[in-house]
Amino acid sequence: MITSDPTASQTAGAIILHVNGEKHALTVDHRTTLLDALRERLDLTGTKKGCDHGQCGACTLLVDGRRSLSCLQLAVAAEGREITTIEGVAGQGADEGELHPVQQAFLEFDGFQCGYCTPGQICSAIAVIEEHAAGWPSAATGDVHPGAPPEPLTPEEIRERMSGNLCRCGAYTSIVRAVAHAAEAGAVRDARDEEAAA
Amino acid sequence: MKEFSYRRATDVEGAVALLDADPGARFLGGGTNLVDLMKAGVESPERLVDIRELPLDGIEVTGDGGLRIGATVTNSDLAAHPEVRRRYAALSQAVLAGASGQLRNMATVGGNLLQRTRCGYFTDISSPCNKREPGSGCPAVEGEHRNAAILGASGHCVAVHPSDMGVALAAFDAVVSYRTQEGEGELALADFYLPVGDTPHRETALPPGALITAVTLPPAPVRSRYRKVRERASYAFAIGSVAAALDVRDGVVQDVRLAYGAVASRPWRARAAEAALLGAPAAAASFAAAADAELAAAVPLADNAYKVTLLRNLTIAVLTELQQEGTAR
Amino acid sequence: MTTTLPTTTAFGTSRTRVEGREKVTGAARYTGDIPLTGLAHGSLVLSTIARGRIRAIDDAAVRAMPGVLAALHHLNAPRVDGDYASLMGMAPDPTVRAFQDDRVPHWGWPVALVVAETPEQARAGADALVVEYAAEAHDTAFSAERADAYGVDGVVPATLAKGDEDAGLAASAVVVDASYTTPEEHHNPMEPHAATAYWQDGRLEVLDSNQGASWVAEDLAKAFGLAPGLVRVRSEHVGGGFGSKGVRVHQIAAVMAATELRRPVRVAMTRRQMFSLAGYRSPTAQRVRLGADPDGRLRVLSHGSVSQTSSVYEFVEPAAAAGRVLYDADAHRTSARVVRLDVPTPTSMRAPGMAPGSFALESALDELAERCGTDPVALRLRNEPAAGPLSGLPFAGRNLLACFEEGARRFGWADRDPRPRVRREGRWLLGTGTAAATFHAFAVPSTAAVTAWADGTFTVRIAAADIGTGSRTALQIVAADALRVAPEQVDVRIGDSAFGPAWLAGGSAGTSSWAWAITPAAEELRERLALGADIPADGLTVRSDSTAALAGQEPAERHSYGAQFAEVAVDPGTGEVRVRRMLGMFAAGRIVNPLTARNQLVGGMVWGVSMALHEEAVRDRASGALVGADLAGYHVASHADVAHIEADWVDDPMPGDPIGIKGVGEIGVVGAAAAIANAVWHATGVRHRQLPIRPDRVIAGESPDA
Repeated sequence: MITSDPTASQTAGAIILHVNGEKHALTVDHRTTLLDALRERLDLTGTKKGCDHGQCGACTLLVDGRRSLSCLQLAVAAEGREITTIEGVAGQGADEGELHPVQQAFLEFDGFQCGYCTPGQICSAIAVIEEHAAGWPSAATGDVHPGAPPEPLTPEEIRERMSGNLCRCGAYTSIVRAVAHAAEAGAVRDARDEEAAA
Repeated sequence: MKEFSYRRATDVEGAVALLDADPGARFLGGGTNLVDLMKAGVESPERLVDIRELPLDGIEVTGDGGLRIGATVTNSDLAAHPEVRRRYAALSQAVLAGASGQLRNMATVGGNLLQRTRCGYFTDISSPCNKREPGSGCPAVEGEHRNAAILGASGHCVAVHPSDMGVALAAFDAVVSYRTQEGEGELALADFYLPVGDTPHRETALPPGALITAVTLPPAPVRSRYRKVRERASYAFAIGSVAAALDVRDGVVQDVRLAYGAVASRPWRARAAEAALLGAPAAAASFAAAADAELAAAVPLADNAYKVTLLRNLTIAVLTELQQEGTAR
Repeated sequence: MTTTLPTTTAFGTSRTRVEGREKVTGAARYTGDIPLTGLAHGSLVLSTIARGRIRAIDDAAVRAMPGVLAALHHLNAPRVDGDYASLMGMAPDPTVRAFQDDRVPHWGWPVALVVAETPEQARAGADALVVEYAAEAHDTAFSAERADAYGVDGVVPATLAKGDEDAGLAASAVVVDASYTTPEEHHNPMEPHAATAYWQDGRLEVLDSNQGASWVAEDLAKAFGLAPGLVRVRSEHVGGGFGSKGVRVHQIAAVMAATELRRPVRVAMTRRQMFSLAGYRSPTAQRVRLGADPDGRLRVLSHGSVSQTSSVYEFVEPAAAAGRVLYDADAHRTSARVVRLDVPTPTSMRAPGMAPGSFALESALDELAERCGTDPVALRLRNEPAAGPLSGLPFAGRNLLACFEEGARRFGWADRDPRPRVRREGRWLLGTGTAAATFHAFAVPSTAAVTAWADGTFTVRIAAADIGTGSRTALQIVAADALRVAPEQVDVRIGDSAFGPAWLAGGSAGTSSWAWAITPAAEELRERLALGADIPADGLTVRSDSTAALAGQEPAERHSYGAQFAEVAVDPGTGEVRVRRMLGMFAAGRIVNPLTARNQLVGGMVWGVSMALHEEAVRDRASGALVGADLAGYHVASHADVAHIEADWVDDPMPGDPIGIKGVGEIGVVGAAAAIANAVWHATGVRHRQLPIRPDRVIAGESPDA
């Protein structure tokens, strides 16, 4: 078992994780990834383990508002960061059962099949919409020059920006439709309003 | 994964002191490569020193019009930075061509330079590998080597460096600053990576215990471009890439920077091609001759001779695009 | 009865997934997500040699590691019986016999399980376990030239033939004789295989990620010598399967450990371990010979395939079978042979046989069209058979021509310039291609129970699996229509072996098999309610078993069909190939739920893109191990590889099926890679007969003399 006394071991430590607006105090084996800490210790199993090596995107979540892979991040190194998982993307103020616009779009456009990569796809998509709105270029952006006119979030841009999230069922076309719809429907604006209100 | 201790550093001096040039200790940046290799058993550090909170995450314009990039700047922040996009477009493009949005949010500039090869024999600890276990052999020479090196390799190791960012940095004459317990030091990127020879496990010229603190870029031709070819359209390592910057006046090449990726154990600065191009007419024939001058030194294996053709074609295509872009403006 | 009769049937209307909200909120619990008190974690140790024996295992040091509870291997593991008859009478996968003896038949064979309190401790223990091997010379060299290849009559006959092939070829004005290869391909569902086993009240409970709960429960009972009723397997949510999620070593190991430790044990495969433990599609080497009249009418169709199997199992990839359905010829020969090698055991993978086989056959048809100067679509129309080419049986619903005609119209095929390498756009050469698709349609006996409740709602219980197919949603629609109620009134429970035997999610026969069982139960229940039956407090239940009904089916050629169209762009300088758009028109029975069916058909076509351009597992001959056995080394199509892909269907009610359905799970893959390869030929003028069409191969094709 993991020792309950953090001072007893150089290889484990007591940390506080900030997840979905809540603080969780726990003692972790330093080897424990953020992914495993969420899943095995906090029972937040929406974040999935697809490859455990940063090669599939299933474990994507938001760290300090940016999408990250939780399988390559040590839990002990995540202390002090604000972590948002699929269980928290609808927002802390959200009513019971209320969905984030990106979640709603995935549901309506059938942007998944088996559902296993879905939490990662959704967390990634939320960030993609914000990254694009913030003017970040992508490999699909023709001209990265900062003076170049902003390019719309075309299907090609969505595909490139979402490429770190593999979907073996091959639901890509439905996912892209869902992301495009959510972007047009103002998922970003909603998210920003939330931020402003917070 | 073996057990290890973990400490967070808050300043550069402290980080270097915590590591204490201990060969069993590692700096932890974004972790995108190190944690992966620890899970695979390739790396088994006893101590980690977390450097993500060091104040090295700034990008500033230098007095001579170049850029100084902090070592913990994330790939995402680097690629999105207006001055990078304005002055070093190929660097922004190279970063954006690498990994995924999630990984770019985590990975840092210093870590990118130090990432290890993705050779399948290196990452599988049940396989021999001279880079991982000196003297055990290189199965890639006779085995799977479609994505192995064609330049600067040896019979001891044919692995390629996986970085895209590094290719652009090589083209832009980057200088790496570091800190040790003895003080500060600098290495030109050209001298940063060691020749493969019979010591493929020795990868960089960094002194023991050194912490990379920054990468500095001198001013460069404003027109630059990065093109990457891979076995799927995104989220894959290169099988060949080109970073190029070109300055043409009156149809003649005034300045050119050219570097290749996925062809050698390090980002490969194409000096022979540059020498052939300086003063030459900016035309397809010159671009082809320059590529041939560089690739004359290529020593392909049984299954990767295509890379010679690929790099030749990419060189011509990228330089042609840059030249046409210049004409259009 | 207080239920309301819906004014329209739900069948054929798009409905979002029943479990969709759970899946988009992360609330859906897959096997590894279900917490249990006292759960221990098992980590597998795999062999690092390709053939030989285990000389010694020293587990003392590992047992002393922090948190380690047990190390199971052939010297101490419980005995299992691996010789029982599994699905359709076939032997189970040989990894079921893990830890039974010291033999190592291939790289990545399971040799031990280390169980510990936490996943980190279990993994560290597994990494630290020292296994000494006595290695023997191995043979993993698959090729078309293997003299030791032999035919096996399995689920399908090894060889079917009629007519005189040599005479037919001699009499043919046009002959195509070409060889094709497809590489080793891996399923790689996003959710790695995982199982949690525990004993409760003298019964074995297994939470598992599989394609058929009752199949796995029956097999585990046989393997461990338990009475069938003592094993219960549940798999509510499954993160993809594609043929790989059957009875495998993770369940066996979890049961062993839970039995030894008397506490719940979870065993999950790592992604890397899946490359030797989860099955895969064998590489194939195929030769197609076509002889035809000048107008393209076939005189000879000869298709031979060689695939590999392991030294401990005989699995045949039936790659030559497509011709048995698609085209007739006076001389007709299709055969499959297999080579035994020191490799992991292959298995069925999405569109088994048809996916690699259609690549060869439909590429050869395109080559024939080129030689004859005939349009590829017209060539298919010209060779449409009246009855089963070898069986002589009538076709039950064959709408291939309608697929080609409607597909060609929508794709804009008529405007195509047949000459290769004439369309350019910047650095890209553009081309289009087409191919036919077929996949068998059948149903397998299953049982179901439908219960009416006093509040007007209903519960359907069936050991079906939803591995992403949308079956839970489809079965709700099927049951609601049979009950003549709104779908919202029907709760469908699946993924539990306690519901009785049922066919698995496989063979594109899941929904059809389950519907054969649900429909009569629901109809009988509706009739009994209509006659005024009382609903007791514990509900009114009707059970059904489709065995007798299915036995009464008339013999016929039952298949789905499709026409695939692809447009590609090829950069001849860099070898990059991009699929710009695809259209698949299918005849796949009546479509229950267009929203999810379209998603699945498109998903199959994405597999075709992936197969055509990316997927390939590379085996090192010196070690017998795969190189780059992970998702960075083994490429599946990413978002950026998938541009505009559209799937649609023609009206195609399945004769004889109670509700007229076939299946949509696999047909989308079939022919897709051939359509892309044919488009690459049209773009470049170069035939690519080896998959995947990698940049280095395209570059080599540009300078064939080099």
